[in-house]
Amino acid sequence: MVTGSAPTDKGSFTLEDVSVTYGSETAIAGVSMEIAPTAVTALIGPSGCGKSTLLRCLNRMNDELGNARVGGTILLDGIDIYTSDYDPVELRTKVGQVFQKPNPFPMSIYDNVAYGPRTQGIRRRTELDDVVERSLRRSALWGEVKKDLKKHAFELSGGQQQRLCIARALATEPEVVLMDEPASSLDPISTQQIEDTIAELKAHVTIVIVTHNMQQAARISDQTAFMLRESMDHPAFLVEMGETRTMFTNPGDTRTEAYITGRFG
Amino acid sequence: MSRIKQARMIQTIAVTVTGAAALFVVSAALFLLAYIAVRGAPAISWEFLTDVPSGQMKEGGILPAIVGTLALTAATAAFSLPIGVAAGIYLSEYAPRGKSTRVIRLAISNMAGVPSIVYGLFGLALFVILLDFGKSILAGALTLACLTLPVIITATEEALRQIPSDLRQASLALGATRWRTIYRIVLPAAAPGIVTGSILGLSRAAGETAPILFTAAVYYKRQMPDSIFSDVMALPYHIYILATQVTGRPDDIIWGTAFVLVGGVTAISVAAAAWRSTQRRKVRW
Repeated sequence: MVTGSAPTDKGSFTLEDVSVTYGSETAIAGVSMEIAPTAVTALIGPSGCGKSTLLRCLNRMNDELGNARVGGTILLDGIDIYTSDYDPVELRTKVGQVFQKPNPFPMSIYDNVAYGPRTQGIRRRTELDDVVERSLRRSALWGEVKKDLKKHAFELSGGQQQRLCIARALATEPEVVLMDEPASSLDPISTQQIEDTIAELKAHVTIVIVTHNMQQAARISDQTAFMLRESMDHPAFLVEMGETRTMFTNPGDTRTEAYITGRFG
Repeated sequence: MSRIKQARMIQTIAVTVTGAAALFVVSAALFLLAYIAVRGAPAISWEFLTDVPSGQMKEGGILPAIVGTLALTAATAAFSLPIGVAAGIYLSEYAPRGKSTRVIRLAISNMAGVPSIVYGLFGLALFVILLDFGKSILAGALTLACLTLPVIITATEEALRQIPSDLRQASLALGATRWRTIYRIVLPAAAPGIVTGSILGLSRAAGETAPILFTAAVYYKRQMPDSIFSDVMALPYHIYILATQVTGRPDDIIWGTAFVLVGGVTAISVAAAAWRSTQRRKVRW
């Protein structure tokens, strides 16, 4: 059972000619795409093709890396998120992120989930209790931890920690959740649980997931974008993007076909 | 001799030499502590700890020196901890990688290399004379703070650097500002390391003589300090005075004073280590 917020059509991204430059090196260039709301979009491609870099553009985490510069236009629900008066801190309450390695804070399960809401100034205990329970239910962890929410997060297994991190990201009620290979460090059963969680979440939030696992992309995503960096002298680019079923059965580009059938990457 | 035999022999020599060096360090530390304890313990009595010196320093206790050193160390902590921790946070979390940051780091390592007697002269010129604090706890503590700062800054910076950047990113990605990330996530996780390093620096300050020679310490004073502008007796200076200026004194009062100083510093370090190990059990990466 999912007790999330009501479905909305919020959480759509429009990218126009997006590029990322580190110092003098252009990592990705000319990426234009539409990310549909309340659906799962998978970013696939070989290592070093800029998938994670592109993902970090969507919540402006590249801002934190010092020398990264983002060009082009990125619209969230039609609003440019890179104008000087758009606050990246506020953006990140609408666009959450789950990282490759589970990274719970060194505190209790409860405090981990309550961190985002507390950051937004929510102090009332009953309100926090509600958010914590709702978020843990949505990430399918509630049943396993409801009896000891005071337990230290590091006592959970790797898979549980990652679902805790998903709950933590959901607690700010984001429109979008970015996931950077969220299951790559987990065992098959934990991976299955994460995928089930994603399938339930997409009814209410937009999910953009970077994955190396072709079967995973095929199983869970609605749209797939294939990125490629053909040499280190040239920036990465978007080869093609489309409905996942079409991309995997009848790709438009021979490079896409070669990659998803495992001939390189 | 075969190649293998030769390699095995070199291996044996390496273990012996490095092991002997480690053993030497441990024995030196234990011998020093044991010697101070054996020589100093007979002097320790209730009167020694709670009385003022008398009979031209040959009798009585060392209470004013204990109180003076406590006051100096506490005031040093009050000045150097906030500034040192704040500077460490800046260097680890905010400072841009560039020329100005390199200059700051160079300045800090130079500060650590300045001899303590030079700090004493500097304190005399700046705090005692120019700022007119006189010979006082204030002037002495500010001088000791200069000496302690590099240790605290470096300890803070290193403790913060050991916190995985994953945690910072997780906090930022939840819509926390940089400061909230530091204050709520990074600092609590780094606290054990910061506390350990700071105590090391402050222990050092408690035992220093040269910096307080001209800035805070006096030969003899019956009265307890009543403000930060009071001058005070201090344990390390008292040891120096007893050893060089007082003729015909029993040796055990010198060792007794040393025992109190070393015992106090060791007790605080052990307490900090014990606290840290309870924290480490909670936090592992």
